[in-house]
Amino acid sequence: MNWLQMEQWSPYAVGIGIGMLSWVSFLLSDQGLACSTAFARSAGMIELIFRGKRVQDKPYYRKFVPEIDWGWMLVLGVLIGAFASAQLSGTFRLQWVPGLWEATFGSSAVVRSLVALAGGALLGLGARWAGGCTSGHGISGTLQLALSSWIAAGCFFAGGILTAKLIFTVIAP
Amino acid sequence: MFEKLHRSRKAQLWLGLLTGIAFGFLLQKGGVTRYDVIMGQLLLTDFTVVKIMLTAMATGMVGIYAMRSLGLARLNPKPGGVGSSVVGGLIFGVGFATLGYCPGTVAGAVGNGYLDSLVGGAVGILMGAAAFAHLFPRLDRWVLNWGSVGAITIPELLKVNAWIVIVPIVALVLLLLRWVP
Repeated sequence: MNWLQMEQWSPYAVGIGIGMLSWVSFLLSDQGLACSTAFARSAGMIELIFRGKRVQDKPYYRKFVPEIDWGWMLVLGVLIGAFASAQLSGTFRLQWVPGLWEATFGSSAVVRSLVALAGGALLGLGARWAGGCTSGHGISGTLQLALSSWIAAGCFFAGGILTAKLIFTVIAP
Repeated sequence: MFEKLHRSRKAQLWLGLLTGIAFGFLLQKGGVTRYDVIMGQLLLTDFTVVKIMLTAMATGMVGIYAMRSLGLARLNPKPGGVGSSVVGGLIFGVGFATLGYCPGTVAGAVGNGYLDSLVGGAVGILMGAAAFAHLFPRLDRWVLNWGSVGAITIPELLKVNAWIVIVPIVALVLLLLRWVP
């Protein structure tokens, strides 16, 4: 089982694996791999704790009921699967600041976390605005040839590439 | 064929977990639970993300459409348009490059031990999703339905057999994968 301990697999092998995994999810669960809905449901569950049952009357939470479902368990599984893979290859490590960020913007965990928080908020807003994320639109939607997903995936990367260039060539000291 | 399984809530929760474990394992082995790899893609210096996504898309596409012809799978394209897919997609893109993870890989990055993805990323995504839920009725009246294209697939739009679209796309993906560094 040496390959399970490898640090990295060929991106083509990983891609074929994810493609085949989506066969299984369409066949057995009538679903495509998708992650951002789980965050909307979790946000609703957290709101339920603090603001009570009236949260369930919000139109959005009537569409995406704040409850644990297939997609929520999927995201939990992603965390567990990545942990298992990292443990097997010995690449698990607690780290606040990624290498590329540190080389460019320094080693402050506070600065990195605040920027990540802002990025995450835009990501969560944009994912729900577009109705999906890099997996829901970018993989599961494009493979169904859904027009909305091809448009959204193009915009994910257009916005992402422009912003990345801005951060690392204009803002970077 | 598996309608009974599709309706079993308990079985689906377990299937979701198992599917997710496999997904997370693959994402980590692909290296895309790392900020540096995702940013490398957006800075166009490392094409791992695109290689994984295009290979997954092509593999998935052929299988899902074959299963569909056999009556084993059905499609569920999402609605979209300018106001939702373009505007939302661009906001997503800005967040994607600022965070350096996406909603799926952020969960994988947490599993990998990367604390910026937990304290910053995951918390931020929850805040963003909650903000959208709050703004949804207003956005729905204002911007979300601009230039709507509906829930349509490209073969439906072109009124052609799906394979007439799939074969050239898969060929193009194979060409592109040979070409990217």
